[in-house]
Amino acid sequence: MSVRLILKEAEMTAILSGEIDHHSAREIREAIDEAASKVKPKVLTLDFSAVQFMDSSGVGLVMGRCKLMQIWAGRVIIANLPPKIEKIVSLAGLNQLCSIVKEVKDNEAIE
Amino acid sequence: MKPLNEMSVSFLSCSSNEAFGRSAVAAFIAQLDPTIDELSDIKTAVSEAVTNCIVHAYRNTIGIVYINCKIYDTGKITIRIQDKGCGIEDIAQAMQPLFTTADDERAGLGFAVMESFMDKLKVTSKPGHGTCVTMHKTIQRRPVTILKGKTAE
Repeated sequence: MSVRLILKEAEMTAILSGEIDHHSAREIREAIDEAASKVKPKVLTLDFSAVQFMDSSGVGLVMGRCKLMQIWAGRVIIANLPPKIEKIVSLAGLNQLCSIVKEVKDNEAIE
Repeated sequence: MKPLNEMSVSFLSCSSNEAFGRSAVAAFIAQLDPTIDELSDIKTAVSEAVTNCIVHAYRNTIGIVYINCKIYDTGKITIRIQDKGCGIEDIAQAMQPLFTTADDERAGLGFAVMESFMDKLKVTSKPGHGTCVTMHKTIQRRPVTILKGKTAE
């Protein structure tokens, strides 16, 4: 599991990859929170395109980041959900907490 | 009904073993030729049960997590995940969606996920002695001949 952070103006994107479970969620959380608390972005986009597996620990991770972003009135966007992760995301009702978008990749957007 | 095959595995309740637990079950049931969706459902349910052992049953301690898995030629899969940890006082309350006793950003959805991703879920627990979660799921069978190593025409 790894997370790569990209900051563009007031928007932060966390590109998640690998498997998100209770074990890996901690390092992802720490990496995002450390950077986000400094920058206080208006939008935090969690990009799930390279996530292979996620259990309810990932739901907790999203819920926790929503809570954090609310402190400075920012919001969370979930992008590029793979089909096999959609089921747990809809079971948890995360769409009521943040927006879920099918986003094209940056390089595709240019074309 | 006699199982077609059975396996047991036990490991320490370290969080780094969560991936091992679900992968061991996934590797074992692969011989039933499940679909990607079925495999993903089962891996997620196992991950929830194993995480419960680590986060709740053996909170602040290290114990042993026991997994037993049986497969049947009907496509039925039975997975038992057991611990000898603290046990659950009120199972009905623990199974309520969003209920959690942990503070570590837990969504409280573990049992809800097991319930909706598997066909059947049974939880038994004795405070101070441990918890046993038994889950069943029947996967779509393709011709049994595949199991015997022949190719289906």
